[in-house]
Amino acid sequence: MTLREIVEKLNATVYLGQSRLDEDVTTAFASDLMSDVLTLKDTPMLITGLCNVQTIRTCDMATLDIVVFVRNKKPTPDMVELAEDNDMVLIATSYSMFKTCGLLFDAGIQPLY
Amino acid sequence: MHQEYTVIEGDFTNAGTASSSVKKTLKQLGVAPQIVKRVVVALYEAEVNAIAHAYGGKVLVDIEADKIHMVVADKGPGIPDIAQAMQEGYSTARPEVRDMGFGAGMGLPNMQKNVDVLNVTSEVGVGTTVEMIVNFV
Ligand SMILES: Nc1ncnc2c1ncn2[C@@H]1O[C@H](COP(=O)(O)OP(=O)(O)OP(=O)(O)O)[C@@H](O)[C@H]1O
Ligand SMILES: [Mg+2]
Repeated sequence: MTLREIVEKLNATVYLGQSRLDEDVTTAFASDLMSDVLTLKDTPMLITGLCNVQTIRTCDMATLDIVVFVRNKKPTPDMVELAEDNDMVLIATSYSMFKTCGLLFDAGIQPLY
Repeated sequence: MHQEYTVIEGDFTNAGTASSSVKKTLKQLGVAPQIVKRVVVALYEAEVNAIAHAYGGKVLVDIEADKIHMVVADKGPGIPDIAQAMQEGYSTARPEVRDMGFGAGMGLPNMQKNVDVLNVTSEVGVGTTVEMIVNFV
């Protein structure tokens, strides 16, 4: 599934990474717990309700570069700036974590575990 | 190559400054991406701990041809029982720390998994020092 399709399915807003929307996404991981994100060996798309600079830093360290913020959390300008340095994609949806995960799972995005 | 960073007390937005910079340096030096990830994840966990559980401190990094040596030394309450702190799930994190997405008691075990050598020394009421080595080959 392409990022563009994901954005459409989630009725989402793209905050960063317009130029990467044709990239394919195969796996996702959903968590508000950055401790948990830091234990991942793979680099899935992250679905999270945690919207602060630490989310971006954690992704930087864990080499994740696509983040979906759920439930109306909007990335702040300092988050976008930091994410820009790392060439990340940031998108935000008003849908809940549950709905977001359900829709994407249904559309064929794979879990890690 | 020797680098030093200061971890500022209570400044969560600053957590990761040292790890970000080390990441850039190692990439430039051509260190394999999987190894860079192990290094920066472990260093970031230690940086976050120095802010979350102590009053800030210093990060000392020495990069050699075949390994990286990192020390995160903080001033803080120290760890009374290091074996207990190393257990997965053990955490004394404050609510503010949990609000930042941390405090699951996974940091020290995760450092252990990512580095080749981990030494944690601590004196109650003085501070904690975390020493880590990752070999490049
Ligand atoms: N630098 C430190 N100074 C004082 N206590 C520490 C320090 N580092 C760790 N600890 C103690 O050890 C516990 C476990 O640390 P660990 O990093 O494994 O988990 P955490 O920081 O609580 O949560 P997480 O790392 O998953 O966000 C902490 O909750 C704290 O009680
Ligand atoms: Mg920790």
